[in-house]
Amino acid sequence: MTVIVTPKGAPAKPVAKDDSMLKQKAMMAAHYDRLSNAPETGDKVASTFVPGNLNELIMCFDLLNNLPEVNAIQSGLRRQSGAYVLEAEKIGHSEDVCTYVKSDIGMMAKGNIGPNGRRLPDPDVLLLSYTGCFTFMKWFELLREQYKCETIMMHTPYMGDGKITKNMIDYMVKQLKQEVIPTLERISGVKFDIDRLREYLKKSSKAEDDLVRVLQGAKSKPSPIDAYFGGIYYIGPIFGAFRGTDDAIEYYRFLRAEVEERIAEGKGPVTPDGDMGKEKYRLVVEGPPNYTNFRQFWKMFYDEGAVIVASSYTKVGGVYDYGFRHDPDKPLETLAEYCLGVYTNRSLPMRIDMLANYIDEYQADGLLINSIKSCNSFSAGQLLIMREVEKRTGKPAAFIESDLVDPRYFSAANIKNRLESYFQMIEQKRAGVTAAA
Amino acid sequence: MKTFVGIDLGSTTTKAVLLDEDRKVIGHGITNSRSNYATAARVASQEAYVDGQFTLFRRALSEAHALIDLDTFLGALERAFRLEQFLEQLEDLEQTCIGQMQGERFVKAGPAVKESLAEVFRRLREEAPELYAPGAKRKSDFFRDIAGSRYHSHAEAVARDAKLPYDLLLNVYDKSIIEVENRPPAGELSDKFRRALGRVLATEPSVKAAAANIQKMIEAALAIVLEETYLVGTGYGRVTLPFSKEHIRSEILCHGLGAHLMYPMTRTVLDIGGQDTKGIQVDANGIVANFQMNDRCAAGCGRYLGYIADEMNMGLHELGPMAMKSDKPARINSTCTVFAGAELRDRLSLGEKREDILAGLHRAIILRAISIISRSGGVTNEFTFTGGVAKNEAAVRELRKVIRENYGEVTININPDSIYTGALGAAEFARRAHFGQADGSQQ
Repeated sequence: MTVIVTPKGAPAKPVAKDDSMLKQKAMMAAHYDRLSNAPETGDKVASTFVPGNLNELIMCFDLLNNLPEVNAIQSGLRRQSGAYVLEAEKIGHSEDVCTYVKSDIGMMAKGNIGPNGRRLPDPDVLLLSYTGCFTFMKWFELLREQYKCETIMMHTPYMGDGKITKNMIDYMVKQLKQEVIPTLERISGVKFDIDRLREYLKKSSKAEDDLVRVLQGAKSKPSPIDAYFGGIYYIGPIFGAFRGTDDAIEYYRFLRAEVEERIAEGKGPVTPDGDMGKEKYRLVVEGPPNYTNFRQFWKMFYDEGAVIVASSYTKVGGVYDYGFRHDPDKPLETLAEYCLGVYTNRSLPMRIDMLANYIDEYQADGLLINSIKSCNSFSAGQLLIMREVEKRTGKPAAFIESDLVDPRYFSAANIKNRLESYFQMIEQKRAGVTAAA
Repeated sequence: MKTFVGIDLGSTTTKAVLLDEDRKVIGHGITNSRSNYATAARVASQEAYVDGQFTLFRRALSEAHALIDLDTFLGALERAFRLEQFLEQLEDLEQTCIGQMQGERFVKAGPAVKESLAEVFRRLREEAPELYAPGAKRKSDFFRDIAGSRYHSHAEAVARDAKLPYDLLLNVYDKSIIEVENRPPAGELSDKFRRALGRVLATEPSVKAAAANIQKMIEAALAIVLEETYLVGTGYGRVTLPFSKEHIRSEILCHGLGAHLMYPMTRTVLDIGGQDTKGIQVDANGIVANFQMNDRCAAGCGRYLGYIADEMNMGLHELGPMAMKSDKPARINSTCTVFAGAELRDRLSLGEKREDILAGLHRAIILRAISIISRSGGVTNEFTFTGGVAKNEAAVRELRKVIRENYGEVTININPDSIYTGALGAAEFARRAHFGQADGSQQ
């Protein structure tokens, strides 16, 4: 006879936080305060995007780095993006436009209040240093219209042939020398000092080493981290306004120690509900997460014992797996190389290689794609990527759909249904292999 | 005897399949999902057990070479059983209606209402045997559908004669029907079988001679206890069920496995259900290799046809035949359920024929399904079509056409029991789980 049991809801536990998380929180708060105080302090502000951002260069001109994407993510996590998106649609932006853009535009329309509850400053310059996402260009055109400020658009060639050539580097260095640096000097009133840049790059490289160790910690079994949901926190400082700072060095040293400790103790990742239970599935994820229901989304994984061991999204602000580090000996060239190498600037075959390698290296059970309704930059070719990775690795893949920060596109029942099917598929496949052996 | 139950809780109907140890299907059950999955699961599985009981009768009687026309006898027995069950539910409904006579309005009118109710139910009981006479056509097999329309017409007449406000009778019915519907028939099944058998033996002249023998064999079959050994639930309602995790499987896996059991050469499965469309690829063992399904939007799913039927004031099952009459399908791109009515009225106002519009709608549904299939990896021989929409001939015709256009000649399987595919897969998962393969693998 079947025993029918009624599952009891687990009592709500306080959110467990690592020390590194607390440190990060303090860093972010200080950063947003600096931005909010800018009108009083007279600090000048550069807005720029995460992929290919030139944080070290921006700091050389004493500019504060403001990242509209990160603001949109913050609005998503704080459940305000829905109203902002609607506001942007009211202004005239279509339903299909990237929801980061609409969240940002809507936030501006509603007073540009940042996560600290204070008004974010108007930018003095818009610095576009990565063109792999065409929407970025349009986004800054809109902001230029709004703020009537100077706009620098640096072109990053797409890595269509799967390699970076000397021509590409020369072309980008030329743009840096002739366009980017002179304009930043003029706007900031600060003379460019290449040694100052070298100093920052040295610091970047140091933090990057530790970041790589943290992310590669996921090769251990069980994985000490979730390289997607947790990974999003881990990449925060280095993908944003902290690369090249002492704060970042300290944060990653801290984080690395924590991860190494977890490995030594054989512990799995920390989740919002505390330590994760037994690791049952190891996945590689392609595509950004959903931010409006971030915790609910994550819970669908850790409740089932699924941990993400590697993800492409945590490489959008720089791919460091293959040895690239910011190099103080070639300061401008290294910036060019960094911009060229970010994940979404890589050709489809390169992305497929990367994901297939992750599955092998991290001993994953398969690939999961979270396809973002409003992000063409990521979505184009994803089904093809899935087929190819499946074929190469022989591991099952699955496809779910959501959106970055538009809550209307998150259907919990639908996603959960697919995820559960996927986990059971993996289970079946494993059993099939064992039975055949 | 050990039995394994699979329950598929769909958004429209809930299906149950009963398997024996040898993986033979011994019973099917179906009921409307209502808004109460727990009841729907109980009712559907009880229906499957009733059906399973008939399988046992058939086995017992055919093994004994009883000298009767088995189909005629079992048909009569089933109708008699359904009648017994219907009468039992009528009784329940009457008692519940009386219990619902509360409030100021009933203080004065109480006795008159009670009298009228008794008359309404007397009439319902009186005509009940006709509903289950040989060849009688019932609009539906669900109690609410059968009892509801008859209650309304009798109540209206009785209220008129008694000079009683009709809405008083309506009021108690409305308050009671959900309660009764959500309460599976309570009586002992075997008692009902015995009463039904008594009815048949008394009325069917052809079996009179063998009566004693039949009775003995039916009693022997009734003595076999159908033990619910293991149960697996699947479908949209599965998460709301009070089942523990190991009794739940994803419907995608269940549909894949169910289709594999029906047609072992199946490699691609299309399931169009009430609120989702799934394209599933399975391997030679029925293991799901990949799947795609519609996202948040249920455009082009079964529910869409439901809305269209409502808009056209037609029955769901009448849509297909009407679409089949078209020789010039309208070109329709949107399968948005929300705009279905607007699209329809717009077309009608342009003077397009109903059958052409319907044919166009069916084609649009299939085109959307094909897009989902192609994303899951395309169509490989053989192809199995399941779900409620597989019963719609116009949808099937379009599917065959579109598959041929895109993938050439492919064997397309459509099982008459295709609506039970998910439940069949679930039942097999239950059987495997019982034999120790917790992950549902086949040894």
